[in-house]
Amino acid sequence: MEITRTELMPGVWLNHLRSDKFKTACMSLTLLTQLKRDSASMNALIPYVLRRGTTRYGDMEALSARLEELYGAAVEPVVRRIGEIQCVGFYASLPEREYLPGGQDVLRDTAELMGELLLSPATRGGLLLPQYVDSERDKMLDTIRSRINEKRGYSLFRCIEEMCCYEDFAVGRLGGEMECQAIHYQKLTKHYRALLQTCPLEIFYCGRAGEDEVASATRDALSALPRGGIDYDLGTDVRMNALEEAPRYVEEELPVSQGKLVIGFRLGECMEDPDIAALHVFNSVYGSGTSSKLFMNVRERLSLCYYASSIIDIHKGIMLVASGIEFEKFGAARDEILAQLEAMKRGEITEAELNAAKAGVASDLRSLMDSQGELEGFYLAQALDGADYGPMELAELAESVTKEDVVAIANSVECDLIYFLKGGGDAGEDEEEDAE
Amino acid sequence: MQSKNYPNIGETLYCATLSNGLKLNVVPKPGFSTCYAVFAANYGGAHRRFTVDGRQADTPAGVAHFLEHKMFDLPGGDNALNILSANGADPNAFTSSGVTCYYFQCTEHFEENLRMLLHFVSTPYFTPETVQKEQGIIAQEIRMGEDSPGSAIYYNLLELLYEHHPIRDKVAGTVESIAEISDKTLYDCHKVFYAPSNMTLCVEGDVDAEKIRAIAEELLPKDRSPVPSADFGPEEGPLPVSPLRREAMSVSAPQFLIGAKLCPAPAGVAALKQHLVSQLALRLLAGASSPFYTGLYEKGLLNRDFDYEADFSAGTGTVIIGGESQEPERVLEELQREVARICSEGIDPARFERARRASLGARLRGLEDFENVCVSLALGQFDGYCAFDAPAMLERITKEDCEGFIRENLAPEKLAMSIIEPERS
Repeated sequence: MEITRTELMPGVWLNHLRSDKFKTACMSLTLLTQLKRDSASMNALIPYVLRRGTTRYGDMEALSARLEELYGAAVEPVVRRIGEIQCVGFYASLPEREYLPGGQDVLRDTAELMGELLLSPATRGGLLLPQYVDSERDKMLDTIRSRINEKRGYSLFRCIEEMCCYEDFAVGRLGGEMECQAIHYQKLTKHYRALLQTCPLEIFYCGRAGEDEVASATRDALSALPRGGIDYDLGTDVRMNALEEAPRYVEEELPVSQGKLVIGFRLGECMEDPDIAALHVFNSVYGSGTSSKLFMNVRERLSLCYYASSIIDIHKGIMLVASGIEFEKFGAARDEILAQLEAMKRGEITEAELNAAKAGVASDLRSLMDSQGELEGFYLAQALDGADYGPMELAELAESVTKEDVVAIANSVECDLIYFLKGGGDAGEDEEEDAE
Repeated sequence: MQSKNYPNIGETLYCATLSNGLKLNVVPKPGFSTCYAVFAANYGGAHRRFTVDGRQADTPAGVAHFLEHKMFDLPGGDNALNILSANGADPNAFTSSGVTCYYFQCTEHFEENLRMLLHFVSTPYFTPETVQKEQGIIAQEIRMGEDSPGSAIYYNLLELLYEHHPIRDKVAGTVESIAEISDKTLYDCHKVFYAPSNMTLCVEGDVDAEKIRAIAEELLPKDRSPVPSADFGPEEGPLPVSPLRREAMSVSAPQFLIGAKLCPAPAGVAALKQHLVSQLALRLLAGASSPFYTGLYEKGLLNRDFDYEADFSAGTGTVIIGGESQEPERVLEELQREVARICSEGIDPARFERARRASLGARLRGLEDFENVCVSLALGQFDGYCAFDAPAMLERITKEDCEGFIRENLAPEKLAMSIIEPERS
């Protein structure tokens, strides 16, 4: 599989990955814009409003019927943030002609429909329909508010919100509740038109069609895309140090029976010239997967938690350790999580730990080649980073990471904030009595 | 091994039943780096009472799940999870009401990893100390489940629908029920349910089917043990026990599940047909292009957090339709109205054809996912059919099949609704 990258129109790039091993092809259109508190929720709302209807397929029923005709070509809005770059657009998965009755080809039709979704929304007087905007805004508000429903994700979100309180990263991929509430269809239409003019647009395709065929289909589908001065000035504010000398502590009470401890770290000066392969291996040794130090010690050896794992954001330069614990084990779990990092700083990493981590990272990267969705995400991030290596090359780099590389990263990491979600009200007190 | 070609989906399947009764399914995937293997036991949370060799047994809730946790321990203090991870594999396991699955995914050392999988799942090793320690870990998992609205709403629905079937019991059990589990309980249940005759091994990847067969024959017990028969209690009636249950939890908006009991078809082709008909009928009733869903979406009574499924597990069949809504009662009313409309007017033939196309597309997408392929093959194996027959059979499902399904199973008196509401502050 070889990726090619071609500029189809000013600021419009086609990333084409030919592969004939899948049953379906995938195609995505992604607008890139800087994540900012005042515009994040408008950006995030746009693909959802566009997905409500186009000039030709005016409502959801007509649009869904068209997608079903194309053998359930799933075209869905996607909103992501990669570092502090907000990525909004559509992702489609379409069956390859080999497996459709009569060998029907749905590539051109699907590309055409995606172009319509992006460029020809249902409008009145040139404005996005207020009923679509209001209804999608209310639904997005529900989504933002529903973060609290699942406590694991909620506690991670809250830790970032507190840790990065002076950074745009804190607003999350959907933006803030207040900003979302204030969205109005006239202002949103203006914002939408500006985005179309100024945002770089990344197209990703993986499937059996050749580059010329995909380029021709997408160029036709996007022929009406207005192009003004393209805003290439996109980036992420990577802060190397913790905000205060000692880690900040934030505690929150909710009626839950299991506590959630999240510790936020800055990856530190290693982010000045980040060694991506070594960062993945570091994270794997410390806390991702079942042979990691956190799993083996905090969960298996000391039974301090049900889960404890670390995740890193290599674009933002942060790491979060998340764990689910009994309330009274807060101190012990926190100390052990930090102690495991201290041990790594002192070089206490066995050969077995390092090899397991390297093998795990390399295997994850290689298996990414077998999933179109993962490939799409990988190459979008590569396009943003201006990086030109693929998952297989990164896997090889991971295999050559040394213990010294990992120890150096551990020594660069700094704890910034400790967040603890504990029980409040009746539920919590009952639990404590039970525990005695 | 017997091989069968499926040109319509571009796959070849190798099957065999070993002399010990193990069913083997292998899907070769040249050109892929990923290998995936699942070793599954026809044993889940609902298999609490059973008969084997004329002997009856009754076990506490949560044994199958407890066993799953403890199977990774090996004699000598080793842990299979760590050995597999150290070898670059990504291992895990899950237990549902109907099955227990152990699996791994890897890109290298596939044969070594497969050997470890077969070895640890067929090597019971429990001590009173390790069992006691696990009770603490699982109690935490149970507590985490208590905070989850998703879990509460689901089990509340099952209690509304089922009078006594053990599918009502939480798969992980309760803090009290797992306290009754001893090392002896685990040894007994392992012996009965983890006999190769009660299991299946499904593998997908760039692998050699014959070699997999040889490894399974080498490592697994040679004897063919009797297959246990589960006792799920007396037959359930067609109607729910009660139509409605509400509970308050810390959620931002009301969540709901609407459900109905189905009468499961006998194992084999009939079961596969029932699965396909129910999925297609639900797509027509409540899918993305249905007047029911699009109408309520436009009125703001439903959002994208909405889904439907027919779940067949441990001798039950359950329709589940659910999401988030400020007015769950109105959603139920509209659903009943749509059911009535389909019963009187029938389904538009053009809509039926579109839905079937979309369903074929969704199945093709499902084939990209190794885990989905292997687990579907395993579940189909336990239900007497081959999952790869689904796309071809889909072509033979008719509009009348779907209309009949909706008429027979989704009448107003058959529906129950479970709601989780926000707590009033």
